[in-house]
Amino acid sequence: MKPKQNSVDNQYRQWLWLLSVLLFFGVFLSLSLGRYSNDPIKVLNVLLVRLGANVNVDPAMDSIVFNVRLPRILASVMIGAMLSLSGAVYQSVFRNPLVSPDLLGVSSGAAVGAAGAILLGAGLATRQVFAFIGGMTAVLITSMVPRLLRNRSNMMLVLSGIIVGGFLSSVLAIMKFVAEEQTELSSIVFWQMGSLSSILGRELLAILPVFLTCSSLLLMLSWRINILAFGDLEARTLGVNVRQVRSIVIVCASLLTASAVSISGTIGWIGLVVPHLGRLIVGSDNTRSMPLAVLIGSLFMLLIDTLARTVSSVEVPLSILTGFVGAPLYAFLLYKQKTRLD
Amino acid sequence: MSVQMQLEKVGFSYNGTRQIFSDISFEVKTGQIVCLLGPNGIGKTTLLTCMAKLREPNQGRILINGKDMTGLSTKDVARVIGYVPQTLMPSFDFTVLDYVVTGSAPWLGTFEKPKAEHYERAEQALIQMEIDHLRDKPYTRISTGELQQVSIARAIAQQSRLILMDEPTAHLDHGNQIKVLRIVKNLAAEGYGIVLTTHNPDQVLLLEAMVAVIDRQARFHFGEWQGILTEKLLSDLYGVEMRLIEVEGIQRKLCVAPRL
Repeated sequence: MKPKQNSVDNQYRQWLWLLSVLLFFGVFLSLSLGRYSNDPIKVLNVLLVRLGANVNVDPAMDSIVFNVRLPRILASVMIGAMLSLSGAVYQSVFRNPLVSPDLLGVSSGAAVGAAGAILLGAGLATRQVFAFIGGMTAVLITSMVPRLLRNRSNMMLVLSGIIVGGFLSSVLAIMKFVAEEQTELSSIVFWQMGSLSSILGRELLAILPVFLTCSSLLLMLSWRINILAFGDLEARTLGVNVRQVRSIVIVCASLLTASAVSISGTIGWIGLVVPHLGRLIVGSDNTRSMPLAVLIGSLFMLLIDTLARTVSSVEVPLSILTGFVGAPLYAFLLYKQKTRLD
Repeated sequence: MSVQMQLEKVGFSYNGTRQIFSDISFEVKTGQIVCLLGPNGIGKTTLLTCMAKLREPNQGRILINGKDMTGLSTKDVARVIGYVPQTLMPSFDFTVLDYVVTGSAPWLGTFEKPKAEHYERAEQALIQMEIDHLRDKPYTRISTGELQQVSIARAIAQQSRLILMDEPTAHLDHGNQIKVLRIVKNLAAEGYGIVLTTHNPDQVLLLEAMVAVIDRQARFHFGEWQGILTEKLLSDLYGVEMRLIEVEGIQRKLCVAPRL
């Protein structure tokens, strides 16, 4: 495709392959791990039967693999991809490598929504719907503030995100304050730390359309996102309809984050750290670093969630693990990039 | 392709109350160099941004090849007019080639990515600017002089025949200033039209350019420099005594302050 660009391009393709293969085997390995059984052969047999082979299998194992482990694994892969992709997009659009997907208040909005559902005694499904609505409402308010203040700069949007996020944190604090300590409060706290322990196949199906549409739109716009990263003025001199492209991109990224958060609770670090890893490997060009971020994010989340359900007899909340892995990793990445950050 | 831009009694105001400039009329076409002079804060950059359709004038109109610019999309304008800002503020370390290839943006659909031909065009622009050795370097790690060349290379990759440059020599050492002026001269010889702002009136003489002046009273002057740049106007413009001196041996006039 690109003349004389072969070295970078080859490197990029090799990484794509490597990560895809790793992800494939990672999914299989994770399918084999769990409290019921740790035997990959059994899992392989179960899979072969489903594919039409004639092997003897344990029916309980089939149910474990397809009803318990697979939905959860697919969820972790999807959520990792969604958070990393939206993180990469936010960092580019806001020209700031320190930005994470909850910049515009998605996470705090979703947390308020979920806490509201918990206080109302609603079930899991309602909680997810509330979280999604809460997250998107927060983004909507965040994007309206600059309009009201008649300053539509990027910086104003960031400040507006801080304002909305801060306000919602207080709302959440009130909700926690009035919550019944033993049941409601612990549910809210647990939700805030993120978990995929009770994920169901139909929840995956519910966010699948958002995942597919928004991810493909963002990947298709990856080169335009490069241009947005130059800033408004430069993008306009290149004939880019900044307001339009930026709106599409921000809406897609926010939908991705809100969908992810609505089924898993808030999960920190991944959306901040993974895009850096992608850029470190193939450089800043989003046409290459965004697809890599998707794969790395999937792998990262798969690893974290597999640890969360296997490392101890009780479920470990995801944010605890992402923090333990993500924070040192971020420090390492900043060290590696030291010449690149001013 | 020849491009012609006409400004007809153009004026601009940020808020509608204070008029930054008004009644600016001139014409620039491919093959010409126009230097825009004026004291600090008089609106040189603002005028340049109006010409790139980054801002809308509140008076008069700007025509590109006879068409009113307000009726053209940013994309249409970007195909004809390139803009080289005073400084680039890189936030991510794109390689020089990845940066220059973004010049093809106005020629691509929203969901399209640059293809081999666009990369080739970007490489040609790098060769033309004699910076093809910087191709794979991050544009955050090259000198300001090189960054200016990269910026011009992108305007060339953009295939815009009219290039607006905001103080292209402002942050450069003397050698690089001369280098950029030589690039400007060569571009004009190749048929590009260049409008640049500068704080150094001697550059007009070096470039043998057309000159546009917004003076301290916000009056506008335009024409061949011989007819416009008088010692009186220059002294008035910069608030210090300025002299135009014929120098033996280099066969040109020099615009200098005679003493402190």
